[in-house]
Amino acid sequence: MSVFNQSRSTVIRLIVAGVFLIIVAQLVNLQLFSSKYEALAFNNAVYPKVRYPDRGIIYDRKGKAILNNTIMFDLEVTPSQIKGVDTGFLCKLVEIDTAEFKKRIITAILKNGRYRPSIFEDLLTPEMHARLEENIYKFPGFALVERPVRVYPFKAAAHIMGYIGEADSGNIKRSNGFYRLGDYVGKTGLESFYERVLMGKRGVEYLIKDNKNRLVGKYENGIYDTAAVAGRNLHTYIDIELQQLAEKLMQGKVGAVVAIEPKTGGILSMVSGPNFDPNMLTGPNKQQNFNKLFLDVSSPLLNRAIKGQYPPGSTFKPLGALVALDEGIITPSFGIGCGGAYYGCSRPVKCTHSNAGHAANLRLAIANSCNSYFTHIYRLSVDAGKYKGVKNGYQKWKEYMNAFDLGVRVGVDLPSEDRGNIPDSSVYNKVYRNSWNSCTNLTLGIGQDMMLATPLQLANSMCIIANKGYYYTPHFVKNIEDETPADSIMNPFRTKHEPLTGISDDAYEAVISGMQDVVEIGTARMAKLPNINVCAKTGTAENYRVIEGKRTKLKDNSVFVCFAPREDPKIAIAVIVENAGYGGTWAGPIAALMMEKFLNDTLRTERLKEVERIAASNLMPGYLIREQYKADSTRAYNWFKMTKDSSAIKRFLRRDFKKDSLQQNQNSPLPVRDIRTTWHRPEAIVPEQYSFTHPVTA
Amino acid sequence: MHTSNTSKGIDWLLVGLYMILCVIGVISIFGATYKEGDPILQSFTSFKTDYSKQLIFWILAMIIAIFIMVTDSKFFTATANLWYAFGIVLLLLVFPFHTEIKGTRSIIRFGSFQLQPADLCKVFVALALAKYLSRVETDFSKTRSQLIATAIALTPAILSILQQETGLALVYFSFFLVMFREGLPAGILIIGFSFAVLVVATLLMEPNTLAMILTGIALAAIYILRRQIKRRKQILVTIVGIWMVCVGIQRFLVPYVFESVLQPYQVKRIYDTIGKDYVPTGGTVVLEETTTKKKDDGGDYNVKQSKIAIGSGGFAGKGLLKGTQTRYDFVPEQRTDFIFCTIGEGFGFVGSFILMAVYFLLLMRIITVAERQRSVFSRAYAYGVASVLFFHIAINICMTIGLAPVIGIPLPFISYGGTSLITFTAALFILIRLDADRQMVLR
Repeated sequence: MSVFNQSRSTVIRLIVAGVFLIIVAQLVNLQLFSSKYEALAFNNAVYPKVRYPDRGIIYDRKGKAILNNTIMFDLEVTPSQIKGVDTGFLCKLVEIDTAEFKKRIITAILKNGRYRPSIFEDLLTPEMHARLEENIYKFPGFALVERPVRVYPFKAAAHIMGYIGEADSGNIKRSNGFYRLGDYVGKTGLESFYERVLMGKRGVEYLIKDNKNRLVGKYENGIYDTAAVAGRNLHTYIDIELQQLAEKLMQGKVGAVVAIEPKTGGILSMVSGPNFDPNMLTGPNKQQNFNKLFLDVSSPLLNRAIKGQYPPGSTFKPLGALVALDEGIITPSFGIGCGGAYYGCSRPVKCTHSNAGHAANLRLAIANSCNSYFTHIYRLSVDAGKYKGVKNGYQKWKEYMNAFDLGVRVGVDLPSEDRGNIPDSSVYNKVYRNSWNSCTNLTLGIGQDMMLATPLQLANSMCIIANKGYYYTPHFVKNIEDETPADSIMNPFRTKHEPLTGISDDAYEAVISGMQDVVEIGTARMAKLPNINVCAKTGTAENYRVIEGKRTKLKDNSVFVCFAPREDPKIAIAVIVENAGYGGTWAGPIAALMMEKFLNDTLRTERLKEVERIAASNLMPGYLIREQYKADSTRAYNWFKMTKDSSAIKRFLRRDFKKDSLQQNQNSPLPVRDIRTTWHRPEAIVPEQYSFTHPVTA
Repeated sequence: MHTSNTSKGIDWLLVGLYMILCVIGVISIFGATYKEGDPILQSFTSFKTDYSKQLIFWILAMIIAIFIMVTDSKFFTATANLWYAFGIVLLLLVFPFHTEIKGTRSIIRFGSFQLQPADLCKVFVALALAKYLSRVETDFSKTRSQLIATAIALTPAILSILQQETGLALVYFSFFLVMFREGLPAGILIIGFSFAVLVVATLLMEPNTLAMILTGIALAAIYILRRQIKRRKQILVTIVGIWMVCVGIQRFLVPYVFESVLQPYQVKRIYDTIGKDYVPTGGTVVLEETTTKKKDDGGDYNVKQSKIAIGSGGFAGKGLLKGTQTRYDFVPEQRTDFIFCTIGEGFGFVGSFILMAVYFLLLMRIITVAERQRSVFSRAYAYGVASVLFFHIAINICMTIGLAPVIGIPLPFISYGGTSLITFTAALFILIRLDADRQMVLR
């Protein structure tokens, strides 16, 4: 019988061979042609732990660290190891209730699993850390973990330094995969502008994890690990003591101060008011603090030094003179007779002086701030015969302005700078339907009409005059530690700009002498300093704002520009205080104190009283109270509509709010002295879009 | 006298292949379970780790093998039925004395020692079947003999299913290969194969589509055979009959088996293999194409991790103890049922291919040995061993590479486990003993 079925052994052999062939084919498929499995296995078992480098430190001109790193503590929890923890006691220490405790544990398990530590409470306050440290041994599964945090030891320069925050989806997308979720990235200020320098290089440690996500050791003994490279430090021109003084002086005021070293373009100080302590946006409660600042209608987060746009007013006059001189239209001896107004066009432009000879030459015109003189030379400049028509002439004049960095971004090393406004002739064409001439916009000559400039631009224009024709783009950073030619970020700040070529030294001397006269005998006498020749120009710009649907004239903006000493300028300053009256009243004294502090390195004792007087003055515009009330109650109402939660809106009901708060409150007693504690307002609810626009004066 | 006779005629190639496989086994278990920092030599001799235990099992298996080698081959023919009876008694004893472990009720425990009679019975069935087929009075061309042979093979399978050990029960179906070799009509195998295809098709296709296809095939057959049908109406009846049976299987039998006979986890594993989601319903089996891969539990996770392990081995592998999948317990049961992952990840395609080649050589050699036997008993027994080994190897490896549902059966000679190693060793060495004595007897 066996003989008959012999062939069947071959069949069986073929069946075996067939099945083995299928298996080998699948092995070829899996092992030779599918590349995904290697990556899958790697992802399964290897956990790349990012080692964060220390961010770079920022120093001031004297080598003091003004932005440094410190260590704070997070409380971490490994859910699988919590056994026999006295939750009540722990909750008491962390100041939460047991329901919140449970919620956090569940969140931790969902986020990282039971076997891996997750953050339970981040950035403990020093008190909470101390309390926990003593008792941590009682809480198995909980651990205190160090975490580097940015700290601002001088509590100053918030707007300059900026702050860091976790990278958002926009940061991650824009960085082409460089940033990952959980990374910290500079959000504003120098932190943002020099992000790549400050952040250093991340290191990666490859760790092995097992099937329960426990980390069990190093992958391949760490041969693929890379060390973290600390971020490089920045050395700046900032004088932190000057900065602190300026911030103190700007307390309770809306406005900005910019001080620049003319020879280098290095910014010595930059303040925007209202101001805040930069430490609010780092460490514990940073989110609550941010919300508070964000919802404040006085916009403390806004850097008005680069984003506030103001009509420069009379402070523009010296620049107008420079244009006319460079064009060869006037000489320093050029003069006009002004009888109290300019009558060259149908609409007269008033002048504060009417005595004969107050505009007999350039120096006198500047010293007396003659409106007629400067509207006249503006008209002469744009109507010059060689340009064949006002439109070309104006365009040429605009080019001058742009060369002074007016109407364009200066290019300071801070993000989101505004450009101010020097309108293109096309704008006038549109507004006046092509029929306009030098009479239409003649107040450009005295820094009004559509002209807007940022305080930084004004300070820079002072540098041009102080330097007699050149400037460096204003910037904060003197050098990067271990700088290499690859740091091209620094190149724009080392290029000399020379917008004026055709002006003789004598002509400059006339302008500068005029400005010195302003201090000696004119409107800026409060800025006079012993043994130092100060050159300055005051400005007072009309200030309108739409309030309650009506265009309302508010108290003038106080503008002041200056530089000193005349012979060897070391500091140029622009100060704007909104809603504060004459340039000489508030902006001038602030600039004077700053010059004295910087040039003499100290203030005379009798001047300290002046510092206290200015610091204690509240010039916050009164309408802000009403605006804050409106913003908060509207938000509370929307919140109520959305959630039916009436707790926020309650306080706004049945309240008799007086609309008379438009009155100035600067001489009233000061209930809110420190701007860092902001206005009376209810809890922050949902962030609301707001924008800062400044009115255009006519 | 005995010693000289004992070593004579031994097929050393089989012994050699066996040794190679056992060594691969111990190394693989070492690779899968060695923990960083353990002193290797001490661990191997401490008998506490799995690889040292496997070494002991191997030594034990070798001692049993030596006993088998010094036993007269007539002993096995004489006692074949006795062993079978012993096996059935053991299987029956399981019902009152089992310990439930991992959902199976097929294990008897004596202290720390576990015995799974359903596993052991494979050898006894091979012996008994060979004995029955070799009887002079058996005429295997008769249906009655075929039914008896089937009963011998499948009785342990039925008992095994009753003990909720479906995986091992399936192994007994491999004895049909033996019967096929000994004259079971090829038609039965073809019908069996067609049945399997039909079941898989039922799982994969919409019920109505499949019914239409079946009807189409039936109509095509009628059209092609229309001349013959004119002469013999019987053909038409047969075709219609087959069609009805097929539709019946597809419409009623498969859903019934899936709903009522198989355990839910088994159904899920089958669906996992063909890449469908299993949605338990009251009436019919509902199939849904896997659209959103949810977090998988159970069988699919094992297979996925196992495929990752084998796939990530690449051409040359990551090296022993370097495989992250197996080192850090991503593959469950990796020292027993999923031991092939350790080889696939550690030694890559090269290692896997060499292992497959060794197995192939072993099976081919056993068939060669079988064909040179002069006794039906030896030949049938040899085929029995080959069939069981083949089934184990094919199903085990196919399940690790995602070609078969996850059935918990070990990889012969390599998976960790005493019973399995000793059973296969005994089965193989009985064959070697019989083969060594092939010239002496004519049965």
